[in-house]
Amino acid sequence: MEHYNMNLTLKVWRQKNATAQGNFENYQVKNISSEMSFLEMIDVLNEQLVAENGEPIAFDHDCREGICGMCSMHINGRAHGPWDATTTCQLHMRAFKDGDTITVEPWRAAAFPVIRDLVVDRSAFDRIQQAGGFVSVNTGNAQDANCLPVPKDDADLSFAAASCIGCGACVAACKNSSAMLFVSAKVSQFALLPQGQPERTSRVLNMVAQMDKEGFGSCTNTGACEAECPKEISLTNIARLNREYVKASFLAE
Amino acid sequence: MGITGLFLISFLMVHVSVNSLLFLHDNGDSFNTAAHFMSHNILIRIMEIVLFAGLIAHTVQGLILTKQNNSKRPTKYAVSAGNATSKWYSRSMGILGSLLLMFLVIHLSHFWVETKINLYAKNDAPTNSYEEVKETFSQLWVVIVYVLGVISLGWHLLHGFSSAFQTLGLNHKKYTPIIKMLGVAFSVIVPLIFAAMPIYFFLTK
Repeated sequence: MEHYNMNLTLKVWRQKNATAQGNFENYQVKNISSEMSFLEMIDVLNEQLVAENGEPIAFDHDCREGICGMCSMHINGRAHGPWDATTTCQLHMRAFKDGDTITVEPWRAAAFPVIRDLVVDRSAFDRIQQAGGFVSVNTGNAQDANCLPVPKDDADLSFAAASCIGCGACVAACKNSSAMLFVSAKVSQFALLPQGQPERTSRVLNMVAQMDKEGFGSCTNTGACEAECPKEISLTNIARLNREYVKASFLAE
Repeated sequence: MGITGLFLISFLMVHVSVNSLLFLHDNGDSFNTAAHFMSHNILIRIMEIVLFAGLIAHTVQGLILTKQNNSKRPTKYAVSAGNATSKWYSRSMGILGSLLLMFLVIHLSHFWVETKINLYAKNDAPTNSYEEVKETFSQLWVVIVYVLGVISLGWHLLHGFSSAFQTLGLNHKKYTPIIKMLGVAFSVIVPLIFAAMPIYFFLTK
């Protein structure tokens, strides 16, 4: 792909802290390489802001290779920008052209309050996970590796669900700010495996209860979450979650 | 929403089948017989009450759900994804449903109310439903309202049909594509048949 440089106008959400009123600020960046990642472009802007004695833009980032799920940015109306199946760090500037204006917003959801600029508090996901996203493991000697037979298809489906990185794009993309895709992935990865059976009933009930408590919306099956998920978690997981939930509600004492 | 939605879909099947008798060239004999049966059979009368309960449940739950979901994002996005990530009608079920409810008020006042008046207030006076249909559909504004009503129904069903199965957890590699296909066919064919009724009577008046 041909390399090119571009000048851009950035419209970035700036907010001092969780309680402050935020607003959009316009910035100009020059000579941005098409081979930079989006986060590197923000780095360039921040260097520029620091040199001008301004406050750099606060944004979450860690691995910069699409596995940590930190880089929560809503770019031109899309979670993680215009490309499918990528996080913001995997979005390259060749997705844009010279002279573009790019609007960058934090995730918007009542359950993900903005802490500062583009950084949101996603600890609601941690609390949902703590409510049931685990398996019981016996102490003692490690078991023989293949003592539990797992059908290959189930193992594949479980692995696909487990690839969820908890980035929150599903919530950000959903018109209801629903966390169903996240919760369904976390429930599915265990429900499909024999290791997940002991807590199967309590897990789904507790995780869904915590999800509702955190203030996420309900699922209306628009499919925006699946379209935006950087790990391409499937909507079939939500159907499985619904199935697990109905079954558990009937069986729970 | 899923259970009540599927129940209302099952009603639509009955409704569209019975009303298709309007197209028989028998001066409404078959239709009137069917209409008489529907308004007098005890099982149908009971199901009518269940139907209203289902409709009310679907409406009330829909309104509560829409209100709750709208409150989950206090600060809106400056730029939204639009149709890039989801279909407009899947995001507009509340509005489409409200339009349908308004249509239903008009629709019931046209046909259901008079049948009930004849049945209860006029000591089971005979209702010539066919003539009533003919007369109502001779007015242009009625035809327009009905066509708009069934268009809303079509969009509502296009999302609602397959969405109901997903909500109930009924998702399967083999059957989901069939359900989706059936959903599209149902959402196109049923409103088309319904729309054909006012148009047919208006054009042949």
